[in-house]
Amino acid sequence: MTTEAAAELVVRITVNGSATEQVVAARTLLVHFVRDTLGLTGTNVGCDTSSCGACTVLLDGRSVKSCTVLAAQAHDHAVTTIEGLTDGGTLHPMQQAFQTHHGLQCGYCTPGMVMAAVSLATEHADLVADDVRVGLEGNLCRCTGYQNIVAAVVAGAREMRRTSGTADREASA
Amino acid sequence: MIPAPFSFVRARSVDEALDALREHGDDAKLLAGGHSLLPLMKLRLATPSVLVDVNDVPDQSAIRLEGDEVVLGGLARHCELVSSDVLREHVPLLRAAAESVGDPQVRHRGTLAGSLAHGDPASDLPAAVLALGGTIMVRGADGVRAIPSDDFFLGFLETALAADEMITEVRVPTCTDAGWGFAKFNRRAQDWAIVGVAAVGGARPRVALVNMASTPVRAVSVEDALRSGVSPADAADLADAETEPSSDRNASADFRRHLARVLVRRTLDHVAARERVSPNGRASDR
Repeated sequence: MTTEAAAELVVRITVNGSATEQVVAARTLLVHFVRDTLGLTGTNVGCDTSSCGACTVLLDGRSVKSCTVLAAQAHDHAVTTIEGLTDGGTLHPMQQAFQTHHGLQCGYCTPGMVMAAVSLATEHADLVADDVRVGLEGNLCRCTGYQNIVAAVVAGAREMRRTSGTADREASA
Repeated sequence: MIPAPFSFVRARSVDEALDALREHGDDAKLLAGGHSLLPLMKLRLATPSVLVDVNDVPDQSAIRLEGDEVVLGGLARHCELVSSDVLREHVPLLRAAAESVGDPQVRHRGTLAGSLAHGDPASDLPAAVLALGGTIMVRGADGVRAIPSDDFFLGFLETALAADEMITEVRVPTCTDAGWGFAKFNRRAQDWAIVGVAAVGGARPRVALVNMASTPVRAVSVEDALRSGVSPADAADLADAETEPSSDRNASADFRRHLARVLVRRTLDHVAARERVSPNGRASDR
């Protein structure tokens, strides 16, 4: 079977639960695909060098830095952005925890922080503050300290466990 | 930053990937996790004309015990090394090294084979595989060949992997009773090592250094000294004997040499603390 090399290709990606099919240049980065092609601008471009984590989205449920993933690599996979966390008008438990604990100042890093935190909480059953400090090593906040962010993630993870998210994951495990 | 234009091939099998590499020649690069290659492409330091994406090649990420070796599929990602019960039980050194790479997002994408193929002397996993005396299994047009880790790293970002070959497996000997240690010095949580050390003990101790030369490099003088009965603390003083560290904004060459000696001493302490000596003398599994 031969494999065709293409400078443009069709990508079929499930974004926030909806299938989308687009023609993209092969070199299109996932972050530009969600922001510019789909208009989902909640995901920010920060350092653009896979250091700061502002562009973090979920790929098949796991946090990735979308500045360092090609849109083509997400073909036939599922992407969740910050917009996909909200259920109607209701904030996701992790989003609500960031509000409750004031886990942000300017807010630029926040979408990436929240997505990284959701992934972390999904992978670890009982997050404590030290786990969060280590687990968020890939997300930088330049406004202020991380105290409120850590408090928010601990609370958000607890709430995720309490609500249906955990039950769904356990059912599918 | 956006990579220079290239064409994209999605390989669904190892054969398809190898066909594409042969068809497109030296300008084609395999793309796995992409966390070494894509940053280089965004900086235009690498401009391959064709990327052959192997992420969707099935059955390439298993981690299994086979006799006295653990066999890791080429697409095993760092996070899968970290969560592997097989590694935790049989090769905890490789698990510890994987856990120290980058950050969770990076570990969700990066692959063991990709890290080895990139051959960055500042990366943690190549030194860990070198310390373990692992074997890199490579497929090309002429079939499979086994490259000992001692022969794999040739120069800065240069390995024994040919342009039309693909790493399909990495085999590492089990290493628990012999004791092991891993240490990494950096200033910021997610950074590359300024200097790192991976070591295993037993009758044939192996010590490998991160970021102390143009390749991951074994501290042969330390190993020889340990074998001849020199104390670990004295052996560690020889840690920089075979090295050619560079100076950069993170550390001078002299500071790197100092770090290597200190980190090797600490690592050998960890090795000794973890070594399980059998009644008849040395650790039983090496």
